[in-house]
Amino acid sequence: MRFIFKTNYDQDINIVRHNGDRISYGLLVAAMIIMPFFIDDFYLGELSYVFILAIAGIGLMILSGYTGLASLGHAAFLGVGAYTHAFLLTNGIPFYYSIIIAVAVSFFVGAAIGFPILRLTGMYLAIATLAFGFIAEHVFIRWEHFTGGNRGMVVPTPEFAGISFYDSATFYYVCLISLILSMFAAINILRSPTGRAFVAIRDSEIAAQSLGVNIGRYKALSFAISAGFTGLAGALLAHYIGYLAPDIFNIFLSLTLLLLIVVGGMGSLHGTIYGAIFVGSLPQMIAIGRDYLPSSIASQPGLEPLLFGLILVLFILYEPLGIYGRWLKIKLFFEMFPTYKKQTFKKQKTFTKSDRV
Amino acid sequence: MSYFDVNNITVAFGGVKALNDVSFSVDQNEIFTIIGPNGAGKSTLFNVISRIYQPNNGNVVFDGKDILNLKAHQISQIGIARTFQNLELFENATVLQNLLLGRHIYKKSNFLSDMFFLNHVKKSEREQRLKVEEIIDFLDLQHYRDTPIHGLPYGVRKNVELARALSTNPKLLLLDEPSSGLTNEETIDLGFWIKDIKNLLNITVVMIEHDMSFVNKVSDRILALNYGQVLAEGLPEEIQSNSEVKKAYMGE
Repeated sequence: MRFIFKTNYDQDINIVRHNGDRISYGLLVAAMIIMPFFIDDFYLGELSYVFILAIAGIGLMILSGYTGLASLGHAAFLGVGAYTHAFLLTNGIPFYYSIIIAVAVSFFVGAAIGFPILRLTGMYLAIATLAFGFIAEHVFIRWEHFTGGNRGMVVPTPEFAGISFYDSATFYYVCLISLILSMFAAINILRSPTGRAFVAIRDSEIAAQSLGVNIGRYKALSFAISAGFTGLAGALLAHYIGYLAPDIFNIFLSLTLLLLIVVGGMGSLHGTIYGAIFVGSLPQMIAIGRDYLPSSIASQPGLEPLLFGLILVLFILYEPLGIYGRWLKIKLFFEMFPTYKKQTFKKQKTFTKSDRV
Repeated sequence: MSYFDVNNITVAFGGVKALNDVSFSVDQNEIFTIIGPNGAGKSTLFNVISRIYQPNNGNVVFDGKDILNLKAHQISQIGIARTFQNLELFENATVLQNLLLGRHIYKKSNFLSDMFFLNHVKKSEREQRLKVEEIIDFLDLQHYRDTPIHGLPYGVRKNVELARALSTNPKLLLLDEPSSGLTNEETIDLGFWIKDIKNLLNITVVMIEHDMSFVNKVSDRILALNYGQVLAEGLPEEIQSNSEVKKAYMGE
């Protein structure tokens, strides 16, 4: 077992905790960089999709996993990012500016939506975000000048440093860099006063307030930051899909994002990556699985949503900490071997909690 | 006018008057204890001071400022910190992170500078940790620094909450039943700490407490409440021998 002897405040502040981190994450990034030389275009595309999902997952994780606010309408922000980006590209704005503006627009839409609806909590907030998702979908249909309505909208393929986006390796690198930058941004937010305020709101609003955290402002900020990340994912998703139609950004996509963070592991950024891999590969696994099922079941429509729902429920019941939580348990098992105790992760009985303060 | 004045506070929930025309004043650098049977309105009073409840009548003046004009999140900025009767810690965060939240009002960054973790953010983080470490030393929490709250025993949690309140660097500290659920030894320690808070850190303490031997040992002055009304106010010896107070606690 590794014991870190702390001699400096920076050891708590820095991102890397010890040299082992530097090596393992460095190797991971290196492996991702050389990936295009080893796998074909199809899998490169799938991997890009996983990266995009992970960025959206980071967004929702900050909101739900760290600030404790549910959202069932996050597909709307994917839509806002995607449409803004596509619209700007169509009007000749260069890729870099366009994507930054798309993130900013999502951010401000998030803030504008967040201020009023974050007065709600729990179930009511979930319903309000659900409603927001539906409204956004209809706005995408009706606002034809901007979105092309039901006819859809072609996403222009920009030149990127002289290479067209049709080259899947280029797109792969754009997604990879976006994910790495998003990850750093999210880590920085979470290790700074802003992130601590989010966690404080999640765990005890009343204590956060008495320590000087402006609840309303930080909730809206969390919503806006979350929308910003999701908007970035949306802009990249626009390129991945190539043709935007309003019904892409439906409730099912919102639920997919929710599945992503729950399966990955609530309250951890690692979880977004695990969740994205899981959610990204699930349709493939279902497609493969169909071959082995009797045709009466395999040809049923709606098999995917059913499985998604089932997996979500099973994870909430049996592994609320998600894949990342499971990984931590496995790691601890080997670190403590042979003295591992199952009870280590059992949550202690919480002491009397009531509404009285 | 003294350091901290509560004037004619009335709080009514529907027809029930939780507090009825309660007034008292606390001098600077004093340990002032509020006692009273269950439902006397003690915690309501604290919630008025920390701006969670809006009183129907009256005002609260701290250091010359009327705090009823402030919002709940601004109370810690003028130097009032509190603990809660039923612990309100950030369960999934470590002790260190809980205490760092006490430093929230001293942050010098916004979310953009946080996102890029600019140099001044890092510098400020180091400064906040320096201050928090002083509190950790003061309350002997070194051993638990990196433990998440949900893994701590009750007594330590109580201690962490006190530490978190102290790390806001308050001038006035409100303690809601600090000794409830503590063992005898822990209560004795707490008594020393509260005196140290007053004498070494020069913080005025207002606390709600039930343990009378603890109250008499620590307090400079005591206020007794019952049914939202002031029964008596005075030195510990006076309260002990006050017939009204005896009646409220023991019956006729």
